Amino acid sequence: MENSILKLESISKSFDGKEILKDFNLEIYRNEFVTLLGPSGCGKSTTLRIIGGFEYPDNGHVYYNGTDITDLSPNKRNINTVFQKYSLFPHMSVAENIAFGLRMKKKPQSYIDDKIRYALDLVNMKNYANRMPQSLSGGQQQRIAIARAIVNEPEILLLDEPLGALDLKLRKDMQRELIRLKDELGITFIYVSHDQEEALTMSDRIIVMNHGIIQQIGTPEDIYNEPQNAFVADFIGESNMIDGVMVEDRLVTINGTAFKCEDTGFGPNEPVDVVIRPEDVELSENGDGVTKGVVKSIIFKGVHYEIDVESDIGINFLVHTTKHFAKGTQVGINVIPYNIQIMHKPASIDEEKIDAD
Amino acid sequence: MNRKLLSYPYIIWIIGFTIIPLIFIFIKAMTNADGGFTTENILAIFDPVHRKALISSVELAFIATVICILLAYPLALLLRDSNVSNQKLMLFILILPMWMNFILRILALQMLISNNGIINFILTHLGFDPVQMINTKGAIVFGMVYDYLPYMILPVLNAITAIPEDYIEASKDLGGGRWQTFKKIILPLSLPGVGSGIAMVFVPSMTEFVIANILGGGKILLLGNVIEQEFITSMNWNLGSGLSLTLMIFIVITTLLLGDKDSNDRGFAP
Repeated sequence: MENSILKLESISKSFDGKEILKDFNLEIYRNEFVTLLGPSGCGKSTTLRIIGGFEYPDNGHVYYNGTDITDLSPNKRNINTVFQKYSLFPHMSVAENIAFGLRMKKKPQSYIDDKIRYALDLVNMKNYANRMPQSLSGGQQQRIAIARAIVNEPEILLLDEPLGALDLKLRKDMQRELIRLKDELGITFIYVSHDQEEALTMSDRIIVMNHGIIQQIGTPEDIYNEPQNAFVADFIGESNMIDGVMVEDRLVTINGTAFKCEDTGFGPNEPVDVVIRPEDVELSENGDGVTKGVVKSIIFKGVHYEIDVESDIGINFLVHTTKHFAKGTQVGINVIPYNIQIMHKPASIDEEKIDAD
Repeated sequence: MNRKLLSYPYIIWIIGFTIIPLIFIFIKAMTNADGGFTTENILAIFDPVHRKALISSVELAFIATVICILLAYPLALLLRDSNVSNQKLMLFILILPMWMNFILRILALQMLISNNGIINFILTHLGFDPVQMINTKGAIVFGMVYDYLPYMILPVLNAITAIPEDYIEASKDLGGGRWQTFKKIILPLSLPGVGSGIAMVFVPSMTEFVIANILGGGKILLLGNVIEQEFITSMNWNLGSGLSLTLMIFIVITTLLLGDKDSNDRGFAP
């Protein structure tokens, strides 16, 4: 609790009768990098806009350091935003853009000059003070947008898919840079993304959202290795999602074929979702394994091959492996018990919706 | 070849209705009644009566333009924040009077504000003294604003609605209040629209004479009235042309200054 900086309590929000957030609760801690991750329309941007003060929740409260700021306008919050489209003021130079927030607070010129120099240095844009935003590339504009936000020394920095418009290489560079900035500045980053890889790379904690509901909160490792439901498993990374029946503790059958697993506590003969990551499916040429199959296609992906295997138990496995298997090869398929994740079938209506997505 | 053919009607139009009249005006302006060269029609602007008329023209056009700007901004800001269907309705109502003849609208205004007009009729019946409204500078300015306000609102509204919401949110995010956001973001980014608005309100107001005739009752002489009188009443086409030319040069300089300002504003390229 002493470490909590922001708390969202029973937030709900609708637009034109469509419910975007439902009884949304979230606590964010000082100095962490939190990513709100989900498909478009999942409510992640709305959550960020409510934290920034650009939207008022229909119900619920936003607490900042224990104070209710639900009704506080954005200009009175010690929170700054890096917008998706950078939104640098086109009629001001880079330096004037960075100075904007400080001028609003009527800081002395010498302080402002120092801050501009410091911020430009921090984002590696030292010699750009007098350039106009339009003359900068997307990545450079994004750095300036970040500089413009952090000179105000916010306690929380909100980032709304700030790297979405950048190309892959630049995005990777900026990801590293953001992690460095967060460590150097010691401020809380709340990041919105639909890119699971980006979220896994940068976050201390990931909040997976869908249909305005939190699906899972956890570290990148938790989310990837132990998805709590089918949606998370499907959204984070690639996975084989298979219908199964939990015969007893530590034993699941898929179309009648038994697989050992490590999950317990399911009802006898309960229908379940079985999740197996593609890299956890082991292929062998000598046919060893729980079942057998035929390689239907193989695609080279750089680090690994992506293989589609039609198995004898009537399902196709997506497999990632560094070994090459020629198309048409008979292979054995094996999965070690630890790598099989068992999940309850969705029960409530909300969960059904998640599944349908 | 085809494309060239298409342009002929316009070229004929331009030559017939712009170039040739301009040449005639120029020749008339530079000659006296006997056809000899003279500069006195041009220099006639320095005649006290004409100078006073020019100053009145500039003064009233300036006041009308400023009032139009002051009225257009709050409305444009309101419309920016309102939903789309309200915006359309308001715009429709604003544009509605533009579909009626200008002079007709000014005549209607005359009925309202003349000494025994509708407003004074109501005032006297309520026991108040009648108010002198017609035949004043104020009446002419009112007429100008009434006629030309939509031409200020439309470009200002266009400029203001074209400003991405992101900029305004960014300003708020950085601590800018309403007034600061207006001053630092909305105003500078909408100046090109104001430039067009000024060109469409100031220039016609400068050359106005019908409004002055009807609402000024001939008591207030604008340069437009002087020119009209020279052509119609005095039949002194040389002097009329000379004054027209001077007014034209004055307006061209004004527009060039405004145009310059326009291109200086960097606008808002994404």
